Amino acid sequence: MNREVICTVCPKGCHLSVDENLNVQGNGCIRGSVYGKAEVTNPVRMLTSTVKLESKHLPRLPVITSHEVPKGRMFDIMKEINRVTVKAPVKCGDVIIADVCHLGVNIVATRTVEE
Amino acid sequence: MQTRELVIIGGGSAGLAAAVSAYDEGIRDILILERDEYLGGILNQCIHNGFGLHEFKEQLSGPEYAERFINQIKDRGIEYKLKAMVISVSRDKHVRYANETDGIVEIQARAIIMATGCYERSAGAIAIPGDRPVGVITAGTAQRYMNMEGYMVGKRVFILGSGDIGLIMARRLTLEGAKVLGVAELMPYSNGLTRNIVQCLMDFDIPLYLSHSVSKIVGREKLEKVVISQVDNTLNFIPGTEKEFEADTLMLSVGLLPNNYLLDDIGVIPSKTRGAIVNEHLETMIPGVFSAGNVLHVHDLVDFVSAEGRLAGHSAAMYLNGKLVKTGNYLKTIPLAGISYIVPQYINITNLEDKVELKFRPSKPMKDVWLITKIDGVVVKKQLKPFLIPSEMVNVSLEKGLFKEENQELTIETEVKA
Amino acid sequence: MDEILIIGAGVTGCFIARELSRYQVKVTVLDKENDVGNFSSMANSAIVHSGYDPEPGSLKAKLNVMGNAMYDQVCKELDVQFERIGSLTVAIYDEQLPLLADLVKRATLNGVPVKLLTPAEAKAMEPNLSDNVKGALWAPTAGVIDPFELCVHLMENAIDNGVTLKLNEEVVDIRSFGGIWEVRTKKNTYHAKYVINASGLQADHISGLVAPQTFKITPRKGEYFVIDYTQPALVKHTIFPLPSSLGKGILVSPTYGGNYIVGPSSTVIDDKEDLSTDKPTLDEIKKSASLMVKNIPFHKVIRVFSGLRATPSTHDFVIEEASPNFINVAGIESPGLASSPAIAKKVIEEFIAPKLKLFAKASFNPNVRPYHRFKKTSEEEWSKLIAQDRRYARMVCRCESVTEGEIRDMLARNCPPHTVKGVKKRSRAGFGRCQGGFCGPNVVAILADHYHIPLTEVPYDEPGTNIVKGATKEVGE
Repeated sequence: MNREVICTVCPKGCHLSVDENLNVQGNGCIRGSVYGKAEVTNPVRMLTSTVKLESKHLPRLPVITSHEVPKGRMFDIMKEINRVTVKAPVKCGDVIIADVCHLGVNIVATRTVEE
Repeated sequence: MQTRELVIIGGGSAGLAAAVSAYDEGIRDILILERDEYLGGILNQCIHNGFGLHEFKEQLSGPEYAERFINQIKDRGIEYKLKAMVISVSRDKHVRYANETDGIVEIQARAIIMATGCYERSAGAIAIPGDRPVGVITAGTAQRYMNMEGYMVGKRVFILGSGDIGLIMARRLTLEGAKVLGVAELMPYSNGLTRNIVQCLMDFDIPLYLSHSVSKIVGREKLEKVVISQVDNTLNFIPGTEKEFEADTLMLSVGLLPNNYLLDDIGVIPSKTRGAIVNEHLETMIPGVFSAGNVLHVHDLVDFVSAEGRLAGHSAAMYLNGKLVKTGNYLKTIPLAGISYIVPQYINITNLEDKVELKFRPSKPMKDVWLITKIDGVVVKKQLKPFLIPSEMVNVSLEKGLFKEENQELTIETEVKA
Repeated sequence: MDEILIIGAGVTGCFIARELSRYQVKVTVLDKENDVGNFSSMANSAIVHSGYDPEPGSLKAKLNVMGNAMYDQVCKELDVQFERIGSLTVAIYDEQLPLLADLVKRATLNGVPVKLLTPAEAKAMEPNLSDNVKGALWAPTAGVIDPFELCVHLMENAIDNGVTLKLNEEVVDIRSFGGIWEVRTKKNTYHAKYVINASGLQADHISGLVAPQTFKITPRKGEYFVIDYTQPALVKHTIFPLPSSLGKGILVSPTYGGNYIVGPSSTVIDDKEDLSTDKPTLDEIKKSASLMVKNIPFHKVIRVFSGLRATPSTHDFVIEEASPNFINVAGIESPGLASSPAIAKKVIEEFIAPKLKLFAKASFNPNVRPYHRFKKTSEEEWSKLIAQDRRYARMVCRCESVTEGEIRDMLARNCPPHTVKGVKKRSRAGFGRCQGGFCGPNVVAILADHYHIPLTEVPYDEPGTNIVKGATKEVGE
């Protein structure tokens, strides 16, 4: 059975078709072939969100995963993110949650909040 | 009344880049006036990543991108005022602003850069038929509530408009536990990046209804139902194609408009983009008043906003150093087949530096077309474009040497490849 | 127990309440909405008509002209924005010229100063009039007003002078017991010697609770466009077409705020709560308006809305005693707004004063404390305000230049806003081109702070219409 995937590497958005042997068709370049295989075997995504923040002006701190995470685990990661409250001061780049859901990925602050 | 060399109105992406650029060209007396509680503008609420591929060769989130520029401002000790709302700008460059600390202050600026960004088109502006209940909100306002204040605007959301803001919010809402029922898009193609269609809609099985729009809002006090209908090729609703969704929120992502009120208020005629009419140095019809970023024309990549801000800063520095003199001959840029608009609208050939960047948007999606630039009817650049779409701004760079003093007109058009 | 109970806090009820507050008489006003002037009185053309249009001899004609003349004083005392910009009624076909001549006759009979203009004179006054204009009737006494301020400041003054206002009170039953009216709402029971029924769309139903109905109120919907400011001005006066059986027709007018309205349509409907707009009607409005005025910048529409007229089956205002001491003031459709000060005077002089000795209140103060409006104040004057309260320098709504200080001041008065819409109506915050996109969160925060409630409890209009539904990190767990 072929899996249909839209490539997101460049704006062309080639429609890819990937078979059980991970042969990719429809790609306009080699990056598409790599992408197609990855999407079918282990689709990953970057996850951005906010965590509760105790600070003078801002109630929420924006955060990001340090690496891409398995697409299927995003809601599990959200549950962990939602449990956390951070206290200012916090620097952009600070690790908020280390090794979230044992995925070897950190949740990292993307904004510096001084007070 | 105090006099300042350069006043920059807006401390977002364009304003910050402009300030750094002007400073690096020797202008020291700079004042940034920002209405919010922090610098960074809209980037602060754009917590998703994808910013900075061109500018920093990295993929950053909005706040991180903003912080890079904010640090540059702080490192240079450039002065800025927060919670400062500019009330008016006069033709002789008096800038009036108000904030709680200073009260109402009037400044005589020698040069001004408008970097006030854009605002969202509302439900009323597109006259959506039906009731006007609570629960209809624009995506940017919803994003502010969610990402800055920490509030949900609804639990069952339907989205009108498949531009990137709507798509990004579809994902954001879903991850925070709301149910996004679908996205309707008026055009037969989506306005957003393919990456966002995949990662914001397809990943969460959110249906995208192309060639659809909201034909009725139902709910006297609170939103109850959103009805969408298919549209024909004249964008009229096709009877019998209604689909109903029980929703408590209709989120609109139906267009951004330059927040150009400061110039509108003093009768400066706007361009097609609703921003200012500018020359190759981003100078408006008022000498010494420059415009950059979303207030000039709505961008899709913040990297280009920063570049434009830099150009405005550089131009303001030139102006302040007496190097930007308006001379007689202006060439006019004219968008032709397949092109919506071109910025800048005028080019002063004498003032051209090594090159000029023309920015424009195609009026519809096109594949495999020639992009033809002509000066006074003569082709100066012909590029083959495999893919053009209205949601992606295009840049054409032209060397100074291609221009002659007496040139009158520059046109850009598309031509289908035979 | 009250002496007088007024049902309805629209413009009619508010004028009557304020008039009664001059006297030593106990008055309570009930309204089913969450604010005064929250239905027809807030969704209309906001024009104080000159009075050439109503049928000579009718109550409408008499009270329109009388009321129009009273507005200068009313607006001065109550600090309501009002400007006599005058109106032009425009003929665009030759066949309409005799109708224009008829209007002159009618105006004369009604006692309204008018002047017939030639096409050249009309175009000189309004360059954007259609090139087909054949003639125009100039009526200098017509004006545009802030209808929201009118109701609020009337009620504020009434409460300042001792009137009680009860919102969210929907009348469900009225009975008479030994010469006293017992008025039951969904939540409470009130007693009064006199009841004044100024309940707008519901007036026939309310009247029917005490006496057989002698009139019917039919909802007649009018849809409108609101268009953003333009430079230069599109029109400087109210532009009317010739009137027809449907009413005054689709007008193009500056508002008191300086932007424009185009409308209203006129459609009889069944549902007294249907305020929806529809595309065919809006398209018709565009077409009609464009016949009179050219260059209407429809690409600058910022809002569409609709209002319902309380059209009486009698074709004239219904001001009568339906039952002893129960007075109907019903069917106050156009020229209702212009007539309302005169209506209030008539109701009191003819129906209350003969029965109830009205002694003037020594403490009556006809003036409200002056309002502060950033847009309309000199910088020097405003700086003095800022010196007293720094919040007058915090611009909360950019599109309409509204500061936090102004909103806080409104919250400190009688008849304060409880809702986002209430703030909008009183201050204009949210009426501008971004339609609350920027100021919305600011206004919600100010209301939450003032009333010591969480943001999630701040309503937009009716109770329960909160804009934010809950915090992130909590939904969906």
